[in-house]
Formats: sequence, structure tokens, C-alpha cells
Amino acid sequence: MEYVDVAVIGGGPAGMAAAVAAKENGAERVMIIERDRGLGGILQQCIHPGFGLHYFKEELTGPEYAERFIRKVEELGIETKLDTMVLDIDKSRKIHYVNPEEGVGYLEAGAVVLAMGCRERTRGAINIPGTRPAGIFTAGTAQRLINMDGLIPGRKLVILGSGDVGLIMARRFTLEGAEVKAVVEIMPYPNGLARNIMQCLIDFDIPLLLSHTVTRIFGKERVEGVEISQVDENFNPIPGTEEYIECDTLLLSVGLIPENELSEKAGVELDPVTNGPVVDEFRQTSLEGIFAAGNVLQVHDLVDDVSKEAEITGRSAALYAKGELRAREILMKAIPGENVRYVVPQILRRGDGHVEFFMRVTKPMERVKLVIRNSDVSFKRLFARPGEMMKVKLRESHFKRLKGKKEIIFDIVEDDD
Amino acid sequence: MTEEKEIICIGCPIGCKVVGIFNAQKLIDIKGYQCERGREYAIKEFTNPVRVLSTTVRIEGAMVPLLPVKTTGPIPKKMLFRCMKFLAQVVVYAPVKMGDVIVKDILGTGVDVVATRTLERMERKI
Repeated sequence: MEYVDVAVIGGGPAGMAAAVAAKENGAERVMIIERDRGLGGILQQCIHPGFGLHYFKEELTGPEYAERFIRKVEELGIETKLDTMVLDIDKSRKIHYVNPEEGVGYLEAGAVVLAMGCRERTRGAINIPGTRPAGIFTAGTAQRLINMDGLIPGRKLVILGSGDVGLIMARRFTLEGAEVKAVVEIMPYPNGLARNIMQCLIDFDIPLLLSHTVTRIFGKERVEGVEISQVDENFNPIPGTEEYIECDTLLLSVGLIPENELSEKAGVELDPVTNGPVVDEFRQTSLEGIFAAGNVLQVHDLVDDVSKEAEITGRSAALYAKGELRAREILMKAIPGENVRYVVPQILRRGDGHVEFFMRVTKPMERVKLVIRNSDVSFKRLFARPGEMMKVKLRESHFKRLKGKKEIIFDIVEDDD
Repeated sequence: MTEEKEIICIGCPIGCKVVGIFNAQKLIDIKGYQCERGREYAIKEFTNPVRVLSTTVRIEGAMVPLLPVKTTGPIPKKMLFRCMKFLAQVVVYAPVKMGDVIVKDILGTGVDVVATRTLERMERKI
């Protein structure tokens, strides 16, 4: 059977950065397996600028960001199998795939990197009552249709959800001559970045209705309109606040779910909150030699963070394949505490050097302190927002102060000083 | 008769709400900013807002029917729709390299439109 040192499942930003890092850290044969016809993943349809400010220190569009990594992949002699669907991965890191050229094939890998990304939540996942007409799209599908296939999915739209993809699509549809009647958000605050609220909605006088949701969809063949309602603090629609908006299209921008069917089948332990694998600081999953990076692990806000995370993953995978990353017991667990929804990585095996933790808060707060419970380790932050991932780096000096703890609990509290 | 316009400052992640007060379309006061950079950004936004435009043009002979493009610098916000109309008429032929100039000095703005993706020549399979 064909053997590669590191096999990367998925050729998006996470997969490419992991493959590059694996190669640069001494893995001899590195192979990316991608189901699309080319590398780049979802970046290829994100034609707007705003990428790369942190990683490349300049503002790039999605395709430009992708192309920088595609060049590196080519320069380093990383192999690719395109148009190839992975069907199974097993504990011994045997990969079972299918593509039009080879039919069914097998591959053995010294280490596997899971980088399958995520997919969009659909209408089914949020249960909107009404008829089932054409004209209901997830924002990302509409983005692919407009930006890559040259098709405009509708002329009069309502967008449900104020996540960044939804906001970007509000602008894109408007520029292409369609009318966006409203962006409807169930939460009392917008989910997307402030920059996108400004440049995608306010710029084009598109109303943002907070604490509202779509309560019914009308139309037989095609969407003819939607009913929106205000919601109370428990997100239940308030009777009497219903309003009808005529439209031919409803876009859903209601969240992303890591795509972990392969991981689950392989037996990788998943975190019920992130829906991604439980990983240690090397981004190794509960199965030895299987690593994860990017949106398959946790849904990120910025591709720059994905690239950085995937570098850790790729390097670890290379070390493992070379036999330089030995198995260790769990040293401590990172636990979400007050106003923290999740923490990644969830497990530490070494607990030294420096480890960057990513977390998301439950509710927005101003002037906060991130505290590790029952310790003198704390960090100040100007704000904590559910839409913006929080990052904190624990260094050697912190770990010394946390020595002996089996659990480190992260709390986000008001900063009184 | 004074009029108010609200913007969100994008200078940093705090995202201050800044209100501009206009009298007969002339900016007379700004409220809500928290730093000098914010004030400068707001003045610019209220008097001469500019944006980078990213969109697509048609391409023949590539794997996909559209080529993503962007302006190399910001253009006046009021020119966005005119540039969109103009770019809707543009057709290019593969191969195209990332960074290739697609339209020079679009509509006299002094800003070029460039390709943001490399697309090789390839017959498209349906």
C-alpha cells in the first residue's frame, strides 16, 4: 500500500498551512487530499478583502490569500489528490478514498491531519415553519453561485442571521443590483464584525433588525415573502409583533458546524460544545497520530488564526511521523468557567513552553478580566464578545504558577480595578 | 435644520458608534469617538468616504466562468455602482495571472482593477 508521512484531509486554508508546516518540519512525503477540483477551499469564493492582515500583514482577498499558500504547496513539492473523496480513516491511519481516475484507493499515513472545515447550518437545523418553496439558500451557497458560477439566486432578499457571511452577501447582492430588504438577527447584538456592519449594511442603508427572527415562510413554487417577529429575552416570538416582508429569496446565515463525519467514524472523541475533536496542545485528537486544524476543530472568525493553528498541527504531525512526539498522559484539562462557552485546546499533556488558548464567551461584556480560577493568573481585556474569539497565551511563567493543578478553569469576570 | 448620520468606527475592534451632525449637508459636529484616529476616520467617512471594490468579471476559457477582481486602492463610495456597471461589460480570456491589470484607471478614478486569482487556460467540462 502507498505510504505517505503526513496525509492531510482537506485542501482549504487549514489543510494547506498544515501541509506546508509538516513539510518544513521534516516530513518527507506530504499529501493533501481534496474533494474539489482545486486547492483553496472556501477562500476561493470569498472574493472580498479583509484576509491576511495578521498573517501576511497586508489586506488580501480570499483568492489571493489562497494563492499564496497554493504557491508554497507547489514549491515545497507537496503532493495533491484532487477531486478525491475520503470515505474512511481508521485507527491505524489507513485512508480509504475514491476518485474518478483511480476508483477506490487506499493510502497509509504516518500521521493524519483532519482539515475538512465546516458547513453551514440549514433551515432544517433551525426549524422555520411554513411552505417549502425554492428560494431558500444558505449564505455560503449563494456566495458560491454569485462569485464562482455567475448566477444570481434572487432579486429581493431577506437575510436571517448577522454572521459575517450574511453581511458580506448583503453587500454583494446589493452591488449586483438586487435589493436586500433586511438582515434579521435573533440576538440583541449583531454577530458579525463591526467593520462588516459598517461596510456591508450601513453603507447601503440596509436595516438590521436585532431581537427579530423569521417566523414563517410564504410561497408555493418560489418564496413570495416571510413573516418576521420580535423575540423576547428567551428568543420566543412575541405575538402581535408579526410583520410581512415581500421577497423572493431568504438567505440563512445562522451558523457553521464543523464537518466531523470522518472523525466520528474513525472514533475520534468530539467536544459537544465545539462539535470538533478534543485536542491537546499539539492539536492531537484522542486517537494517536490523528491531528486536527481549522474549522473542523472549532469555527474561527479569521483565516489568519486558522493558518497559525494549522502550523502547530502540521508541525506536530511531522514530529509524530518521525517518531519524535511520544505518547504522554493527560497533565491538565482546560475547562470553560464563568461566561466561557468553550476552550481549545481542551487538554494539556506537557503544560510548558507557551500555549495559546482560544475561547468563546456566552454573553457580551465590557472591560473584563480573564481569570484562571484559584490562581493569581489573570489577563485584562477591553471587551468580550460572542462573535469574536478570545485568545490568551499562557507562558512558562504562568505554568510555573499553575503547577500541580489538574484542571485550569477559565472565568471571564468584570474588571473592577 | 440639522441632520444626524451614524457610523461605526473601524479603526480598531472596539467599534465606537460615531454620530455626525450636518447642517445643510455640511458637517458641523462629531460625537462618540474615543480617540484621535477615530475622529480623523469619522471626518473622512462623513466628508469623502472611500472603499475598495471587489467583484468579478467574466472570463472565457478557464475552469470557472468568473474571475475575481479588486481595485488596487480605495475609490469614492459614490463611484461603486458606476464601476459595477462598467465591470459588468468586461470579458477577459484565460490565462490570467493574479495581479494582472484588467482595467486601467477605472472611470478616471486613478485606480486600476486587477485580477485576484490565477486562472489557467482550460476547456470547461460541463
